Amino acid sequence: MPADFNWAIGGEAGDGIDSTGKIFAQALSRAGRHVYTSKDFASRIRGGYTAYKIRTAVEPVQSVVDRLDVLIALTPRTIDENLGELHDNSVIIYDGERTTMKNAEIPDEMVGLNVPLKRLAEEAGGAIMRNVVALGAACAVADFPIENLDEAVEKRFGNKGQKLVDNNKEAARAGRQYVHDEYDLNLPYALETTDNDYVLLNGDEAIGMGALAAGCRYYAGYPITPATNVMEYLKGRIERYGGHVVQAEDELSAINMALGAARAGARSMTATSGPGIDLMTETFGLVATTETPLVICNVMRSGPSTGMPTKQEQGDINQMLYGGHGEIPRFVLAPTTIDECFWKTVEAFNLAEKYQLPVYLAGDLALAVTEQTFSPEAFDMDAVEIERGNVVDEETIGAWQNEKGQFKPHALTDDGISPRAFPGTSGGAHMTTGLEHDELGRRTEDGEMRIKQVDKRNKKVDTAEEREDWSPREFGDPDSENLVISWGSNEGAMVEAIDLLAEEGVDVRFISVPYIFPRPDLSDEIADAKEVLVVECNNTGQFADLLEHDALARVGRINKYDGVRYKADELADEISAALADTPEAIQ
Amino acid sequence: MSSDVRFTDFKSDKQPTWCPGCGDFGTMNGMMKALANTGNDPDNTFIIAGIGCSGKIGTYMHSYALHGVHGRALPLAAGVKMANPDLEVMAAGGDGDGYSIGVGHFIHAVRRNVDMSYIVMDNRIYGLTKGQASPTSREDFETSTTPDGPKQPPVNPLALALSAGATFIAQSFSSDAMRHAEIVQEAIEHDGFGFVNVFSPCVTFNDVDTYDYFRDSLVDVADTDHDPTDYDAAKDVILDMDKEYQGVLYQNESAQSYEAEHDLTENMAEIPDGAPDDAMDLVREFY
Repeated sequence: MPADFNWAIGGEAGDGIDSTGKIFAQALSRAGRHVYTSKDFASRIRGGYTAYKIRTAVEPVQSVVDRLDVLIALTPRTIDENLGELHDNSVIIYDGERTTMKNAEIPDEMVGLNVPLKRLAEEAGGAIMRNVVALGAACAVADFPIENLDEAVEKRFGNKGQKLVDNNKEAARAGRQYVHDEYDLNLPYALETTDNDYVLLNGDEAIGMGALAAGCRYYAGYPITPATNVMEYLKGRIERYGGHVVQAEDELSAINMALGAARAGARSMTATSGPGIDLMTETFGLVATTETPLVICNVMRSGPSTGMPTKQEQGDINQMLYGGHGEIPRFVLAPTTIDECFWKTVEAFNLAEKYQLPVYLAGDLALAVTEQTFSPEAFDMDAVEIERGNVVDEETIGAWQNEKGQFKPHALTDDGISPRAFPGTSGGAHMTTGLEHDELGRRTEDGEMRIKQVDKRNKKVDTAEEREDWSPREFGDPDSENLVISWGSNEGAMVEAIDLLAEEGVDVRFISVPYIFPRPDLSDEIADAKEVLVVECNNTGQFADLLEHDALARVGRINKYDGVRYKADELADEISAALADTPEAIQ
Repeated sequence: MSSDVRFTDFKSDKQPTWCPGCGDFGTMNGMMKALANTGNDPDNTFIIAGIGCSGKIGTYMHSYALHGVHGRALPLAAGVKMANPDLEVMAAGGDGDGYSIGVGHFIHAVRRNVDMSYIVMDNRIYGLTKGQASPTSREDFETSTTPDGPKQPPVNPLALALSAGATFIAQSFSSDAMRHAEIVQEAIEHDGFGFVNVFSPCVTFNDVDTYDYFRDSLVDVADTDHDPTDYDAAKDVILDMDKEYQGVLYQNESAQSYEAEHDLTENMAEIPDGAPDDAMDLVREFY
């Protein structure tokens, strides 16, 4: 486990918590430190409790932990909410002159720094900069170079004029100076810096960037937490490449627009969350049966119905695998880290076009709102390959026409894959329909053709299973008899939990699965293990169900559905306890 | 695109299953004529159809075509056109598809003003499900599901369109073949969302809104001094409770299409073999 430092700012929605936290995360990144952030936030514009938390270390960090070293508390509730994570040496920075904080109780064992944030900000040019004063105070606590904070301030306010930048820099210095003058601190928080250059981005941004790298040219969506950032990232950037983002009137429209663009030959996508998937499910079957390549990104949040819109959950496996009436194959990919959000997006576009079907790209709130540092090389654009599958042009179309010269968009083939002719291709005019259809894409109720078309669509899955790499990611001790399996965003916490478990003398083999369908066959691994634990953020263990189905064996389950992602230390404790327990269900 | 395209080139070799005498035959013929007259050919034309008797039209015509789910033809069509503005895009559907399940999309498609045409075969009945009330059925129109009539006023699609900021509103009658084809042609030529409500009688389930009714009652604005560029005049004919009109009722020729507003000119199907040349700049933005 890296020598880490855990920092947070908390207050009410409307206090600028998010942007202040982002500035500090950026500053740490500029100082060559790794950063992993998380947010506590509510679905409201003002009021409530909201916090931005940063874990930082010189080594890579990929999880939150149950510990807080420095807390900037703008409200008393911020302290209460975090009591469980604060410890004896924790520092609480607060403004005792703020009416609501006058009577705030700082626990005796902690270090309270009463800094007149508002007053110092006003002296520097405006009360609005009080959070930046607090950042300056944090720099004093962590012996952190103010120049790196300057860089982040320039990035944040640079387009708003030099005066504002200078005022903010002054505000930060005032906060730092105040702590130096008023407190004689002897704390173990000096933050080491390095010369490394990192980029700092969240999962939604990584998905958006992956889409641009993959040649996505059309995006239609409807705003929904926590997927909106994908649309906001693409808007303003996709146009550079001749693409377009459209905000539709609802998700029914969004998926239909995206489908229309895909029929026109564009690499097309939409992104939404569970409630949007509910609506899109209406058109999902049409996408699949017309064999149209489409990437549908589902940034999962807590359900059902409106659920907890700003909370983590991985509850939509069944919806993505089985949503819609009738039977039709679809692929479901679930990136396990933020950099993998980028690569899995590229892969999703390639798979969609090669196999001519809808691909669900399942992110989740924990990936979507987390900012994390990476080496720029993690996004090596030269390594991006674009594979468009069987697209015919005027020269090659002849092979796919019948004796009347009619193009066959659903031609029966050995591998199940038919040709695509983009509109405008001479000799390619064809229809397709949500009705069962023949090779020409025309309605049929002929039993034999029905069977052939169903089999053909399913055959594409067999073909993809043969041709593509569906391997999971492996960590820990490959020879351990304790097997932990998870999918999606739990990987980071689990990777760090492996180290914590090792300190306790517990070894584990960890398999992190980014493919829900098709997925790797883990029957042998499950059979070889003495104990199997499947970790996921849902109540019923939807992935565990699939593994049991595959392996014809029972697996143990660790589930979390309180709306908060796993923390590394918490997960290590749960696994340790489960292994000590050996519930009967585990073979 | 060739100049010697005949309207029969837009006909597929599939025989329609519409009832003999169905208005949709005439509606489709007019669409094919208008497409040919405007210099289109099947390889650059994309027809999007909804669900219902009208939705079958993509099968009977020859072009690129997609027969979608119920009520969503307009967003489908918008997606096709935005992704490749060179295509001639035409959406077709019925009154149920467009004014009931799809009415939300109708309003927004009108606002969006994508350069396409939308042909609604309005027979004031649900035909394919064998005769239930549609949103344009008369208040006292008795059907299996409304034995005493819907007892609610019919939707006025023209008024909906006008209030949503339409740039082209027309109405035609499927059996007035020449006029219908002319009106659809104007919708195609309009630089924006060309909306045509076509009275396309159902001979099986609607004995009120019949060929005879429309033949006797329709007023052609071409025979009057109606000026379609006059908004107030358009409002008057569209809100007239006593008469029904055919012709181009309203046209705003100065409005910009969605594609012009958003500078959409490229065929988005064409992309490079790898990430864009400057793609590492996207990464560097996150420094």
